[in-house]
Amino acid sequence: MKVTRPKLSWWERTYFPAILKGLAITLSHIPKIKKRVTLEYPEVRWALPPQYRGAPILLTGLDGNEKCTSCKLCEFICPPRAIRIVAEETSLEKEKRPKEFDIDMGLCIFCGYCQEVCPVEAIWLKDEYEMADYDRTNLIFNKEQLLARGRKPPYLPGREKPLEEPK
Amino acid sequence: MNRTTVDRERLGLNTELVTVNMGPQHPATHGVLRIVLTLDGEVVVSARPDVGYLHRGIEKICETMTLHQAIPYTDRMDYLAPVVNNLGLAMAVEKLVDFQITEKCRVMRVVCMELGRLSSHLLWLATAGLDIGAGTVYFYAFTGRERIMDLFERMSGARFTVSYGRIGGLARDWEAGIERDILKVMDLTKDAISEVDKLLTRNKIWCDRNQNVGPISAEDAIDLGLSGPNLRAAGVEWDIRKAYPYLGYDRYDFEIPVGEHGDCYDRYLVRMEEMRQSIRIVEQALKEYDPSGPLFPTDPASQKVFLPRKDRVLTKMEELIHQFIVATEGPKTERGKEIYFSIEATKGELGFYLVGSGTNVAHRCHFRSPCFVNLQALPVMVEGQMVADVVATVASLDPVLGEVDR
Repeated sequence: MKVTRPKLSWWERTYFPAILKGLAITLSHIPKIKKRVTLEYPEVRWALPPQYRGAPILLTGLDGNEKCTSCKLCEFICPPRAIRIVAEETSLEKEKRPKEFDIDMGLCIFCGYCQEVCPVEAIWLKDEYEMADYDRTNLIFNKEQLLARGRKPPYLPGREKPLEEPK
Repeated sequence: MNRTTVDRERLGLNTELVTVNMGPQHPATHGVLRIVLTLDGEVVVSARPDVGYLHRGIEKICETMTLHQAIPYTDRMDYLAPVVNNLGLAMAVEKLVDFQITEKCRVMRVVCMELGRLSSHLLWLATAGLDIGAGTVYFYAFTGRERIMDLFERMSGARFTVSYGRIGGLARDWEAGIERDILKVMDLTKDAISEVDKLLTRNKIWCDRNQNVGPISAEDAIDLGLSGPNLRAAGVEWDIRKAYPYLGYDRYDFEIPVGEHGDCYDRYLVRMEEMRQSIRIVEQALKEYDPSGPLFPTDPASQKVFLPRKDRVLTKMEELIHQFIVATEGPKTERGKEIYFSIEATKGELGFYLVGSGTNVAHRCHFRSPCFVNLQALPVMVEGQMVADVVATVASLDPVLGEVDR
């Protein structure tokens, strides 16, 4: 299929119709101004979909301990190697727990692989996206910070329950 | 063609050639592209694109990690259509390990590919218009692109770096009813395209700035290895979706737009028509979409490639073991097996050359990026043209520096 190059008439070659048509199209957008696509962030926030991939957090189990069993699968799969885990033994039923669990948010690319591979659903990508800081060292979140972020209520209701998985 | 009009010798003017750096921080270079221009007055005598400012060694990084982990890195190549890169790598690995995807996954991939193409072309339209001075186009095209980004956010959870492709399937299923919203967005995108079409196609200023600017002949285009819309604008009917169909593109009814002059205006026309064809493909593909089908194959032999279902991982011992095995060891490649798989990405032929190592890490990863090859045609296009035309030509070539440098 050949694309055809339009032949301009003498009137079109005077530049006026292009200007007039452009103005007409711009004016035709004035009635649509209510349906604008921009938002006055940060006063107005957009509705995030439930599967939004924000900052990773650690979840706390019903017994009040962290769910993580320190299997280190997320540490292995993390493409930018942002996760560091030091394991220790525990008297709890799960036998192993993370002594240290650091995520370097300066490295994290929010791909969601950690959430995907976690066999106990202990790490989760929450709907949080405002993490800017003046100091890079503040961007390394340790275990307590991650658990505290996990306990904070989500922006969206209903985020606690696991998402539907692909068939 | 030399457009120098002043006869310097007759006028006795003392002139010399001037070397100018356009970029790497020039706003009209679409990234960190540096062009070393040698100018005679306002006429370009020679142009040398200098690339490498965004080199991150993605190919080498991908060789140090599992093929599964490499997928988010491909997002950062052609970052205007990341989903196309994701799916391209996933399909290349599937070819390496001989894997058959399901029908539902195929349809979803076709839709994602074409949505990626639309979002990339809309961004090209916006920025190419802005480079030449058509500022209004920017807003209409970006509004159209924004709707597609919202769809990607709903599909994958991220607007931009979607990481949506997975070896063997896709990261997650679509939510119910998204196909209706995709069709709605396609209708709105049609309106946005026709609005821009009204603004630009018969606009005398746009014609003056684009027609006969940065021309390239079909022979030169083939010699320089151009691909994608830039090659088609030069009059060569070449589209990998038609020539070597993948993802069942041969079943869909669409046409390849071809230009004849190979100048900026034809590249504009070709991309506009490609967007309309993409919408046609999406509409045809969504007719075939059946949400009840499986996203991943169910036969036992193929289970070693993709992660098992999460609900079964949490409750069943066997799937839990599987989860660990697949995440750390699968999919296993054949040692020494080489494959080359190419797709028609938004900018041209995006090729993946992979060599198996016997494990789930590729021995060698090479990505043939269309922008890198397309950019070498820039000197042929701009030499003898005016300086202002360099901006228009670079814009019409649509280089993405993330992909040029990788």
